[in-house]
Amino acid sequence: MSAHGVKNDTEAIVIRGLHKSFGKAPRITQAVNNVSFSVPTGTVMGLIGPDGAGKTTLMRLMAGLLTAEAGSLEVLGVDVQKDPLTVQSSIGYMPQHFGLYEDLTVQENLTLYADLQGVPFDQRPNRYQRLLAMTGLGAFTDRLAGRLSGGMKQKLGLACTLVRPPKLLLLDEPTVGVDPVSRRELWAIVYQLVQEDGMTVLLSTAYLDEAEHCDQVILLHEGEILGQDTPAAFTQHLAGRVWGAKRELGLRRHLQAELKQQPGILDAVIDGDWVRVLLAEQTAPPTLPNGVWQPLPPRFEDAFVLMLNSQRAAQTPQAPAPPTSQPIVPTARARPAEVITVHELTRRFGAFIAVNALSFSVQRGEIFGLLGANGAGKSTTFRMLCGLLPASSGALSVAGVDLFTAAAKARARIGYMSQKYALYEVLSVMQNLKFFARAYGLKGEHLNRRLAWALSEFELTPYHDTNSGLLPLGFKQRLAMACALMHEPDILFLDEPTSGVDPLERRAFWGRINELADHGVTIMITTHFMDEAEYCDRLVIMSQGQILAAGTPAAIRAQAQTAAAPNPSMEDAFIALITAPTPPTGVAA
Amino acid sequence: MSSPTPRRGSGWMRMGGLIRKESLQIIRDPSSIAIAFLLPVVLLLIFGYGVSLNAKHIPLAFVADAPDMESAALYASFNHSTYFSPQIAPNLATATRWLLNRRVDAIVHLPSDFAAQLSTANQSAPLQVIVNGIDANQARLTQAYIQAGWQSWLTNRTQAAGQSAHQPVELAARIWFNPELRSRDYLVPGLIAVIMTLIGALLTALVMAREWERGTLEALMVTPVQINELLIGKLVPYFVLGMGGMALSVAMAVWLFGVPFLGSWWILVLTSALFLLTALGMGLFISIVARNQFVASLIAIITTFLPAFMLSGFIFDIGSMPGWLQNLTYLVSARYFIVILHTLFLAGDVAAILWPNTLAMLAIAVFFIAASRRKIRKSLE
Repeated sequence: MSAHGVKNDTEAIVIRGLHKSFGKAPRITQAVNNVSFSVPTGTVMGLIGPDGAGKTTLMRLMAGLLTAEAGSLEVLGVDVQKDPLTVQSSIGYMPQHFGLYEDLTVQENLTLYADLQGVPFDQRPNRYQRLLAMTGLGAFTDRLAGRLSGGMKQKLGLACTLVRPPKLLLLDEPTVGVDPVSRRELWAIVYQLVQEDGMTVLLSTAYLDEAEHCDQVILLHEGEILGQDTPAAFTQHLAGRVWGAKRELGLRRHLQAELKQQPGILDAVIDGDWVRVLLAEQTAPPTLPNGVWQPLPPRFEDAFVLMLNSQRAAQTPQAPAPPTSQPIVPTARARPAEVITVHELTRRFGAFIAVNALSFSVQRGEIFGLLGANGAGKSTTFRMLCGLLPASSGALSVAGVDLFTAAAKARARIGYMSQKYALYEVLSVMQNLKFFARAYGLKGEHLNRRLAWALSEFELTPYHDTNSGLLPLGFKQRLAMACALMHEPDILFLDEPTSGVDPLERRAFWGRINELADHGVTIMITTHFMDEAEYCDRLVIMSQGQILAAGTPAAIRAQAQTAAAPNPSMEDAFIALITAPTPPTGVAA
Repeated sequence: MSSPTPRRGSGWMRMGGLIRKESLQIIRDPSSIAIAFLLPVVLLLIFGYGVSLNAKHIPLAFVADAPDMESAALYASFNHSTYFSPQIAPNLATATRWLLNRRVDAIVHLPSDFAAQLSTANQSAPLQVIVNGIDANQARLTQAYIQAGWQSWLTNRTQAAGQSAHQPVELAARIWFNPELRSRDYLVPGLIAVIMTLIGALLTALVMAREWERGTLEALMVTPVQINELLIGKLVPYFVLGMGGMALSVAMAVWLFGVPFLGSWWILVLTSALFLLTALGMGLFISIVARNQFVASLIAIITTFLPAFMLSGFIFDIGSMPGWLQNLTYLVSARYFIVILHTLFLAGDVAAILWPNTLAMLAIAVFFIAASRRKIRKSLE
């Protein structure tokens, strides 16, 4: 790391007092607000925070794609604002969607970036060979990038940014929506680069569990830095405050809701067979009749939730009120009727089979999950269930009918929240609610009652007149859910509802979902967060259009149990299933 | 692996890479090939065969209130002309009905005293002509043709009678440059300019916006590539494609429609190249500003194709537009190219016309490419 000819050998990035805002006078958003940090050379630095925290803006500032309003920004000893081209010649930057040309093949993409980066022709064969071996893409050089799976695209994007070995690698959310196997492979590559080439890596992510892979972590929230330290230091002070609770009888989510209400408990989430609880300082776990307690090692997410909680408590006088409804009395499940049945459901797009012979059924009042990476076929399955897309073959029934052929009346029994929320961004919160309610035929007193309910239940009253496009992400999600629930559907379809929202919002969201299920609403949900699978009563794991495993979360985890790993997580189970020696059927080449 | 100063590589290598990338994208995306080669063929066929500004075989109702030798002779004269297909109507009421249901475009009505009036030569023409004025252009043509037909019949009649014509001045019309008055010879070269505007602007309007939309521009900008290289990398492949479309259009004009070409081929190639640059530059500028393929293509059609069609003198004469609109036409590069094409096809190399128009196109091309260069920065703001 010596004799580089740069001014600063120990810090790859030095940022001081950086400001960046978007928008014009009345509606300015501070995307990056007085941010200062530095990244030591040869380390892996994680930039962690939910969507809208300012991660991408920071990355673009460092890559010289945006100009800051104030503050200084030095990358590899060069002032980015003054000389972006020099910086761009020595860093590698992978934007969020990998920056690949989908109508070019793997090799053509590599060649293009080699040309753009000025890699001499005599060095290319070796370089290509190494990158293709590292990413496992050697067998696919002639395939169009658009035809690659999400994980392969991610690796090709990485290979393209590495075609000329950079000193600093900036990766903007490289793991979002990618299957866990590819995520682990990416981390392996990152560590190889740091160790063998002495590269510095700055990586942004919204997955809090990835913090633990980093040497150091910068925690970003709403444009400000909440802290920078090693992952261990973030959780150090939490030792002894994280416990797992378990009760033989009843559902985990009921125990979780119960515990959450108790004083001295700051956070309660479902974690495997346990309910994970974060205690206030100097508190012992409360007594739990018929239950057991077990100390658990603190995680990064615990620290983040604690920070957000205290920050929010400072902003608003009252603590974030949990939806204080009546103590949950599970409605008697006298007739566990099958609300959704799917048999041998198949959907083809030309020669491509998006969904291949899927079969499962969902009971009334159940929370049923579809788990899988981007491109696994989750959304296609959803669209068929909601009657938005006809099935190529197979049978399905939702509330007794196939919605694709059923009358519009049958559709009034379902609520659908799409991935991008499908709100009218230029309409206010109230106007959106009214529109969706009227679209389902609500009027008069009934309409007013539901509007009042939506505003109070989702705490949207302060945003009553705000255009929905200007809402923070978490509130957009709340509004979208309120819109989907205006007509009190029996079945609620949620497509990736928690993607990118911060952990507190995710907790509030799951609190509401659990409550709905207890009132007999059937919930069907897709997610690529492996830990959220634990909230489901039952789930299927999908990959390449097929079901890899089905059952309760515990049963699926049990499938991956080995002597070496007695307590596999859902992610471990997923990886074990997907890398199993015999895939379910022959995979198309 | 460890060079002391960051290597930026050579601009030629980067440009080559970009041009190759863009060409591969063109080949794999049938839509740009279709714009370049299918669009000219379709438009030329539609306009070349479908639109005609000539009046031929105009359907006429011929009404003689008192049929006699003279009226029969006049009818025969109209009937022999290729410009008219007259039909005899029993009375004016029938003829009017035919006109109203568009069976005929005009009525030639000979009043009952036609023969009497005709013999007293100092009287005004005893002929009533009623023309359907719905299509003003066509109506004017029809009226003029009928008048000419009438005049020539009168002349023939007096000559046949051994008398000299009444008119002191005899009109000897000679039409230059397009002796047969074939509107196609005039329309097709103009159409080439309109088509090339559309192709050039549409092709490039989509490409930058596409890179914005797909997020590839962000990755491209963080490479050492320079803006000039990026612009040239975009322009060269589409220039080649556009010249291909141009060659196809000219070939169709000459071989299929038989439009004469009297100028020099090399001047045609040079001026076409320049014109294509104005269109590509404009498309590129739109693409950079719009950042969205849908908006970009709409803007491209509204700001390039429509003006090229209406304000270039292609169909509507610039000289008869109001003054402010005439000033606006100076900004339409097709205006200059249409003049050049008309000159090269129908008149030959006329330096006095070619030079100023070429220089005007050059100015527009430089303007748009420079504007694109100014507007596009290596930044996402």
